[in-house]
Amino acid sequence: MPAGVSLRDFYYLLPELVLTGGALLVLIADVLLPRRSGHALAWITLLVLAATLASLGTFSGTHEVAHGLIAVDEFALFFKVVFLVSAAVTVLMSVRYLEIEGASPGEYYFLILCATLGMMILAGGIDLITIFIGLETMAVSFYILVGFIKPNQKSNEAAVKYFLLGAFSLGILLYGMSLLYGLSGTTNLRVMAPVFFGPETRHDPRLILAVMLVVAGVGFKIAAVPFHMWAPDVYEGAPTPVTAFLSVGSKAASFAMILRIFLEGLPAMVHDWQILFEALAIVTMTVGNLAALTQTNLKRMLAYSSIAHAGYILIGLVAGTPRGVSAMLIYLFIYTFMQLGAFTVIVLMRRRDVVGDELKDFSGLHFRHPYAAFAMLLFMLSLGGIPPTAGFMGKFWLFSAAIDAHYYWLAVIGVLNSAVSLYYYIRLVVFMYLKKDATGSEPSTTPALTVALAIAVVATIYIGIYPRVLFEIAEASARTLGVVGITAALP
Amino acid sequence: MLSDYIPIAIFVVVATGFAVFTLVFASLLHSEKYNKVKLEPYECGIEPITDARDRYSIRYYLVAMLFVIFDVETVFMFPWAVIFDKLLLFGLIEMVVFIFILVVGYYYAWQKGALEWA
Repeated sequence: MPAGVSLRDFYYLLPELVLTGGALLVLIADVLLPRRSGHALAWITLLVLAATLASLGTFSGTHEVAHGLIAVDEFALFFKVVFLVSAAVTVLMSVRYLEIEGASPGEYYFLILCATLGMMILAGGIDLITIFIGLETMAVSFYILVGFIKPNQKSNEAAVKYFLLGAFSLGILLYGMSLLYGLSGTTNLRVMAPVFFGPETRHDPRLILAVMLVVAGVGFKIAAVPFHMWAPDVYEGAPTPVTAFLSVGSKAASFAMILRIFLEGLPAMVHDWQILFEALAIVTMTVGNLAALTQTNLKRMLAYSSIAHAGYILIGLVAGTPRGVSAMLIYLFIYTFMQLGAFTVIVLMRRRDVVGDELKDFSGLHFRHPYAAFAMLLFMLSLGGIPPTAGFMGKFWLFSAAIDAHYYWLAVIGVLNSAVSLYYYIRLVVFMYLKKDATGSEPSTTPALTVALAIAVVATIYIGIYPRVLFEIAEASARTLGVVGITAALP
Repeated sequence: MLSDYIPIAIFVVVATGFAVFTLVFASLLHSEKYNKVKLEPYECGIEPITDARDRYSIRYYLVAMLFVIFDVETVFMFPWAVIFDKLLLFGLIEMVVFIFILVVGYYYAWQKGALEWA
């Protein structure tokens, strides 16, 4: 065994290894099982995800694995739980959707697992190389998943757009990373951080260029304005469960990457990237919400809404305090459930002859299926930030973190934007509850979809009423990140 | 420091100069006689029978992708073989894992009919 690598390292990588093995198992099961056994494959995938979730609990504490390539800490653990749960809900959403679309389930579930694996590597990556590999594993899986409905032209178009823009943004990110490596002589974020505190490197224009390039690269991944152009088209064209997973998992993983890179690797440059993210947060919130106002396609509306939510979450990063970081984690967790829930209702509307993602499909839903309408009402209120739903708690914590760090007007802009966003969330509620025409389509439930919906509803209500457990876990997770370094660098 | 680049600069000048000289000199000398045979893609080879912008079998891509996978596998195996005396058992296990994953992919592609042409 090479020096510095021990069996212990593999023990700490157990969740990733289980997931890799499970993904291969799904692939083999696909060819060994008789055709049309999508349900069996979904079960295997869920079992793999459950086994990975269980293996997360076999060790605790903070460790660095394989010469500091991957960190295993509570911060990574928090995100890994988010990824695994959202992957599981996505699988539940997908079973019938794939049957209707006639797509082959084996590859689909394999790619979902691969994307999850990439996210998990991303959450633990404290080395630019590991981060890049995790990002690529996730992104390549998503490129294929977005274009998974082969006969659908919109799906193809979305995949090509996502691939081209994704590859381009990745190039920018890599350029920034290579500059960081060139200036510090290391790819490890924790080794890099003290190097940049030196007086001569701190004001190096090349370092500022590197920070700008990295901000642009990661800005694409979280769909922050002005790097958001791909999001509406890709979200609309992709199969709905993939859209859900993309808007939740990919976004959370990218925020984990942002927190790692900027808080662990670049605390010395805090004044430079803080102002960039401040501008991004304001523009992203405002443009996302204003563009969502006029959308009549629900997937497109949720795409703009998810852009706006990325803007809210960035507020926590701008605040830069441990409280801001924990608020980001809390919001990402809550956002996962409300967004997945909203997409599950859209999947419910999918029938053989109806796509069901237009606003008019939802008209009068309350009179045809009161439970689905109520669930959607709940998710819309939560996305808008109305108590007693979880979305309110998340926004409250984010904005209070901004006020705590004396970013008063950032909080004010956030609150104003939430008010604007209520217009389009409530408009859907109006369609569902107040319009009585029968033009809308009939939702159809399956046990899997009901379970997915139930998970989202319970989480949205439970966290809204009793947020304490989540808050404590998020605070403990945020503490394991090198936030101490950044608060020392702040004035 | 900068003088180290002089040979490269000379090389660039010579390479560019040669290409430009050849093209310019040839265009000065040759006679311009264009006819049907002259303008064909393969002037002295196979006669084209249809338009080049045509649909062709997707299987070419499948074969190309399978080729790339095993090509890359070999690229990884060469450096591994060179330092195998330092890696020993650990290196062997790692390579077995790597090849196992590739074999799973190969088996999958085979069972899905990627290797059947017709």
